[in-house]
Amino acid sequence: PCTKLLVYVSTPGCNGFPSLDSKESCKCLGWEWEGTWLFLCSTVPLPLDLGRYYINETEIVDFPRFPHRGLLLDTSRHYLPLRAILETLDVMAYNKFNVFHWHIVDDPSFPYESSTFPELSKQGAFNAMTHVYTASDVQTVIEYARLRGIRVIAEFDTPGHTLSWGPGAPGLLTPCYMGKAPSGVYGPINPIVNSTYQFVTRLFQEVSAVFPDFFLHLGGDEVDFTCWQSNPEIRAFMTKRGFGEDYKKLESFYIQRLLDIVSSLDKGYIVWQEVFDNDVKLRPDTIIHVWKENRLEYVKEMANVTRSGYRALLSAPWYLNRISYGQDWIEAYRVEPLNFEGSPEQKALVIGGEACMWGEYVDVTNLTPRLWPRAGAVAERLWSNETVRDLEDAYTRLAEFRCTLLGRGVQAQPLYIGYCDHEFGGA
Amino acid sequence: MGRTMGLAGLVLGLVVVPAVLVSTNLRHGGLRAEAEPEPPGWELVADPVPEDSLWPLPQWVRTYPRQLQLAPSRFQMVHGAGSSAGPGCGLLQDAFRRYYEYMFGHSRRRTWGRRPLAARGEPELFQLQVVIEAGDPGCDGHPHLSSSEAYHLTVTEPVAVLKASEVWGALRGLETFSQLVHEDDYGSFLVNESEINDFPRFAHRGVLLDTSRHYLPLKSILTNLDAMAFNKFNVLHWHIVDDQSFPYQSIYFPELSDKGAYSSNLIYTPTDVRLVIEYARLRGIRVIPEFDTPGHTQSWGKGQKDLLTPCYNGGQPSGSFGPINPVWNTTYDFMAKFLKEISSVFPDEFIHLGGDEVDFTCWKSNPEVKEFMKKQGFGTDYAKLESYYVQNILDIVSSYNKGQMVWQEVFDHKAQLKPDTVVQVWMANNYAHELSRVTGAGLTAVLSAPWYLDYISYGQDWKKYYTVEPLNFPGSEKQKKLLIGGEACLWGEFVDATNLTPRLWPRASAVGERLWSSSNVTNLQDAYKRLTNHRCRMLRRGIAAEPVFVGYCAHEARGP
Repeated sequence: PCTKLLVYVSTPGCNGFPSLDSKESCKCLGWEWEGTWLFLCSTVPLPLDLGRYYINETEIVDFPRFPHRGLLLDTSRHYLPLRAILETLDVMAYNKFNVFHWHIVDDPSFPYESSTFPELSKQGAFNAMTHVYTASDVQTVIEYARLRGIRVIAEFDTPGHTLSWGPGAPGLLTPCYMGKAPSGVYGPINPIVNSTYQFVTRLFQEVSAVFPDFFLHLGGDEVDFTCWQSNPEIRAFMTKRGFGEDYKKLESFYIQRLLDIVSSLDKGYIVWQEVFDNDVKLRPDTIIHVWKENRLEYVKEMANVTRSGYRALLSAPWYLNRISYGQDWIEAYRVEPLNFEGSPEQKALVIGGEACMWGEYVDVTNLTPRLWPRAGAVAERLWSNETVRDLEDAYTRLAEFRCTLLGRGVQAQPLYIGYCDHEFGGA
Repeated sequence: MGRTMGLAGLVLGLVVVPAVLVSTNLRHGGLRAEAEPEPPGWELVADPVPEDSLWPLPQWVRTYPRQLQLAPSRFQMVHGAGSSAGPGCGLLQDAFRRYYEYMFGHSRRRTWGRRPLAARGEPELFQLQVVIEAGDPGCDGHPHLSSSEAYHLTVTEPVAVLKASEVWGALRGLETFSQLVHEDDYGSFLVNESEINDFPRFAHRGVLLDTSRHYLPLKSILTNLDAMAFNKFNVLHWHIVDDQSFPYQSIYFPELSDKGAYSSNLIYTPTDVRLVIEYARLRGIRVIPEFDTPGHTQSWGKGQKDLLTPCYNGGQPSGSFGPINPVWNTTYDFMAKFLKEISSVFPDEFIHLGGDEVDFTCWKSNPEVKEFMKKQGFGTDYAKLESYYVQNILDIVSSYNKGQMVWQEVFDHKAQLKPDTVVQVWMANNYAHELSRVTGAGLTAVLSAPWYLDYISYGQDWKKYYTVEPLNFPGSEKQKKLLIGGEACLWGEFVDATNLTPRLWPRASAVGERLWSSSNVTNLQDAYKRLTNHRCRMLRRGIAAEPVFVGYCAHEARGP
């Protein structure tokens, strides 16, 4: 029986936060000593002169292949209670995920309680009393994650995906027009008024202070230009600026100012791929998040992004919300993030990827079984060596891992026919 | 201005934003963006409160604007005068308690007391009187295919009356009544004056659960029976054993589960089985067990030697086994004894005998079988051998006075079936034609083909289950009468207690309404609204039904 696990850490960082550059490598030795087993794990090589009974029975040398291994949760399409988020962080730790990408607000609801703009959640949450994340909740998540070596990267997606911001921030969103009159409907954030940038500055000042990670995710995806096109003031602005009919230039205009604001707050940023695709002028240390998937278009996108010198994150083949019948973990597992045409320097710009669990059809009733063990396939793809691809071996280990999860009280769904020693008792 | 405008913007703005969001209604109980045509026979209630919407939609509903209040501390469900059922009717007593809990369970106003109702002017509804009209109410019996599930509900002051021929109709009526009662923002319980006349369109409305591919703990099965009752399902098709495991603990043949179950604790004891049957009975749900043979029987061979056909490889037994061996007499001795036990353990008049997907390869390899084929003059048509086996089994089961259900292959392979054999149509390819063929041959049919709920896909797939019209097949009126209903199937390859409830519900609810409600109840927008409300109701009642689309419920799931 193993009675001791000795942990040696070179540079502790016990009270700090994990970051993109954190060292996650470790070396473990196990040997038998006087009838019991000892395991010793260290982040630096140790002088191994530890006595007469030293037998080198087990040796594990481990480090992640990619430094950014994330999971996205969407708490806008459906509110997720705090305990669901915390449980997810636990299971992420079991899978060596190290980034929690919190897509916290979006069109349908704004659950984030802002101290600067309390009306945002008061007017924008599904229910301002119950379906919100208080400042304390947010700190709980950040600390819970930290204790598990998980970074929390918050995403405040703009200028699209912001309908829920409108009620609490009058004048922020673009009024759409039907002919000559406002239709009563609103579109993306209005990029032509100064008040927008004042608002954005103050909001991101708060967000930058609340979330300690160096990076913020700024979104920038799926901006629908229809509303902007319908608004006469915006059209006038387009003419004045010489943008013509190219609304991508207007989007660029907004994003560039947003990036400047966030940089001045000493934060780095991640953006969805449209920001890159639409030729926005980006800072060289921007991280591009590749998500569009239509017959492997992401492979080309990864090449394009890295060829332009930007770091890339891959999510496109890992949209776990897109369920289908059968063992779909296999497709997720088979993905090879570096399978694109490019130089070694380009490939080095791929810092990792994220499994995404968008919330249109997901809430606490089905989150855990839908996430696990499927996300485990992505976890291994991002941690383990690229040669680790044998499906039969993966199946065996993942099925066993699923049973382990059950034993730890996680409602992970089955991979296939079979049973575990400790079955789930039923909800 | 801000909030209403924003909500309008929210709802209508979603129409503007393409790609990811397609919405007809995203806020539970929220803004109605479009006016809707009222269904005929309805009077427009002044301010429709969505929380009293019904699922499945009754055959005939009239709702009035006048509301009545209920006081949890005073409201009672009682046996009405003239009812053939009384306090001795355990089934109804149990139902009264259960439905009281569903209606007022989360209320804090349940303490006894004579406190006047909150400052609302509505008159009080004191009672729901339940009147069973048939001479024999059926309290202590089991529901049948031919049981009456019709009911008539009148909600008016001071007393609501629920009339039904048999207790089964009363159960359905209680469910509907509990859906009419809703809580307002101040915690008062209200119900609109209404009159409802209801009965199911189809008599067989089932859910299939598979406890062989994955063991399902008892709790899971019972929770599911609760959910079935909320959706007026009335058959649990228990596909209890199959190739992979044999969890049914047989009294005569204990070795079957001793050797065939996944492990010694992953079994259903006779007590477990009795519990399921009784729990179902109290909810008006029949339990039809399926012991699928001659295929799908690998696990039987572990505990019963010389039952399965030994496969041969080049003149020698290969060590592997195939379907049940149809040529040995011992096979039929065993099956007779086993099915005798099943006939007595399961009270329903029907047993499902399976008969699907029989792989002939092993039979073809076995010399004894080949010899038998020659002797019987079957030539090389192994379907004839399968039919020979099936016919023997059907005779055995008939002799125990049980009806039989079979999968469609049994009919397709031309076995001689009894006139009251029920054929379950499951193959998706051209199932309408199969329905024509089965009913054309004068046989009763049950439809499952379009309702394999284990086939999950991304998005609102409940719509495709809802839009199935079971009688859309070529046939005479007489033929169409032979389609007695359908079953939503949740096969267990990828399902166990960790994901069963969210995967089944509320998707199966779509099937539930299609089988209960009138054929002209097809409006998807209306169904969406009622279904999202129904899903929130199931959440309140402890069923972890997954969301239909973006939104929220006032009382969310408790979570892990």
